[in-house]
Amino acid sequence: MSTNLETPVSAPANSAAERDNAPADRWRTLWHKSTPYWFMSPYILIFGIFGIFPVFFMIFLSFHTWNPVAGLGSMEFVGLENYALSLTDPTLWQTLKNTILMALYSGVPQHLVALPMAYLLVQLGKRARHWLTTAYFLPYVTSTIAVSMIFFVMFSKESGIINQALTGLANGTLTGWAFGWINDLMPIGWVQENSLIRYSVSFVVFWKYVGFNIVIYTTGLATISDDLYEAAIMDGANAVQRFFYIALPLLRPFIFFGVTLTIIGNMNLFDEPYVLTRGLQQASTNGMTISNYLYRVAWEWLDMGGAAAISWILFVVIGAFTGFYFWFFGRRGLGGD
Amino acid sequence: MTRLTAHINLRLIGRAILWAALLTGVFMTVFPFFWSLLMATHDRTTMFSSGLNLSLGDQLIANYARLLDTMDFWVGMLNSFSVSIIGTIASLLFCSMCGYALAVYQFRGRNVLFGMMICSMMLPPILTLIPYYMVIDAIGLTNTHLAVWLPFSINPFGIFLIRQYVVASVPRDLLEAAKLDGASAFRTYWSVVLPLLRPGLATLAIVQFVFLWNNFLQPLVVLTSSEKMVITQMLRSVQGIPNTPWGALMLGTFISILPLVGIYMAASRQMISGLTSGAVKN
Repeated sequence: MSTNLETPVSAPANSAAERDNAPADRWRTLWHKSTPYWFMSPYILIFGIFGIFPVFFMIFLSFHTWNPVAGLGSMEFVGLENYALSLTDPTLWQTLKNTILMALYSGVPQHLVALPMAYLLVQLGKRARHWLTTAYFLPYVTSTIAVSMIFFVMFSKESGIINQALTGLANGTLTGWAFGWINDLMPIGWVQENSLIRYSVSFVVFWKYVGFNIVIYTTGLATISDDLYEAAIMDGANAVQRFFYIALPLLRPFIFFGVTLTIIGNMNLFDEPYVLTRGLQQASTNGMTISNYLYRVAWEWLDMGGAAAISWILFVVIGAFTGFYFWFFGRRGLGGD
Repeated sequence: MTRLTAHINLRLIGRAILWAALLTGVFMTVFPFFWSLLMATHDRTTMFSSGLNLSLGDQLIANYARLLDTMDFWVGMLNSFSVSIIGTIASLLFCSMCGYALAVYQFRGRNVLFGMMICSMMLPPILTLIPYYMVIDAIGLTNTHLAVWLPFSINPFGIFLIRQYVVASVPRDLLEAAKLDGASAFRTYWSVVLPLLRPGLATLAIVQFVFLWNNFLQPLVVLTSSEKMVITQMLRSVQGIPNTPWGALMLGTFISILPLVGIYMAASRQMISGLTSGAVKN
């Protein structure tokens, strides 16, 4: 009923209102135009505070000395001194070397194991594949801290399962003749010895992320059409040849992406060495990554300026590594474009 | 005939090797969890007896008591839950708002915002740790859970994910129809678009919950009082004390991974595809 009454009246009334309420109308168009910004406002606000400001502040901070306990007033301009000190700091180079070595020790086996495992997995039926994938992926879901704590206990000198199993092998009636020599090495300090810590940390990282890569590669292998395999079988290619000549080349984009993630993740390694090198006798010389060192400089030595300089050095190193990797493998990795 | 049986034998051997390799992998993956549970039933005396011991101990209840003695275990669990749940809900809201705007509206600065998101994904988290701490300190958020989840509530990965979902599954006609019916922009987003985004939101919720539950670096820096600490922090902090009650600690570690493992058991397919969606959908 109301619509019947309103329809004839509304048209002229509207145009009259348009003339009279021009500012209100402008407000409305402004409101309409601003709509996307309202939707974006959480991002703009939070990213401004926690993303943009920090980056610029880090540039600023890296040219100053500052002890956060003494307040903002204690900030002093020192020019490039932080960079000079960091770049001549032997510990920084040591931790950088540790980071790169552990990235290699944990990263390379990850992919060398994940690729054939994924290839084996896709040979199975759907159900079996699902159950096995579920098992392999489990470590990725659990926290690095929890996992590192478990491995810290497994690596322990006396009560650790690894040393216990090795002792068992060395003294067993059947295996003693072959593994007797292990007794001379006991007890092995997996997380106490500087010569072993990198391997121990790398193993935990490997163990945690190999399942993630297996899933990426099984997804990749599922995109390869069965016709290709069948044609290869007709040509007399066996399973190993099919892996090397069909699966591997077609997986290239997936390998490229998986390796990129591994490089970035491993260069930022923090949690695992943080837990594994905090035993009673520390093996931190060879086990500390550059991120761990940065944390120590900033929060234990309270040298924020120095830590800021180290952050930028780390940033440049990661950028250089990924840049080199993209430049060197990118074209081939992304399939020729 | 003999060639055929030889062929079948070869196939069987191949199958056997395949299964041996795959099951060894499963054993290697699951064993540490099993072992931590086993250790949770032992105390220091039975743990330190050298020699392989894979039997169940009888210290489970005593270890639980020890665990509660060494730390406020359930306070830590509750804190982790609170951070993860509130943080996940906030990120669902913020990411869906931003992803929706990026997918539907043309506006000045859109490409700049897009570029910034890509760049921010490349930044190493440790790089912004110091200014993050300073900002938190300056606005008085130290020792609050807000400080731990707020910076991650605008996860750029989540925004991209939602944007893709809007493009793929929200028909333009529907938005036009809603507009013609006089629905406001926010109303359209809330009651027309959000229900259509359910699968995308579920994926994002999984990614965000797992990340927040497992996160360690930011809580380590801003949560200093023990009644605010999350569980990862609490477990780590007792590592250094003398005569560490390892059995109790393993029990705590095992319980702390149970929530995620529980969700994983119930929805492994969704979790796997969610957590790898950033990698395989590129």
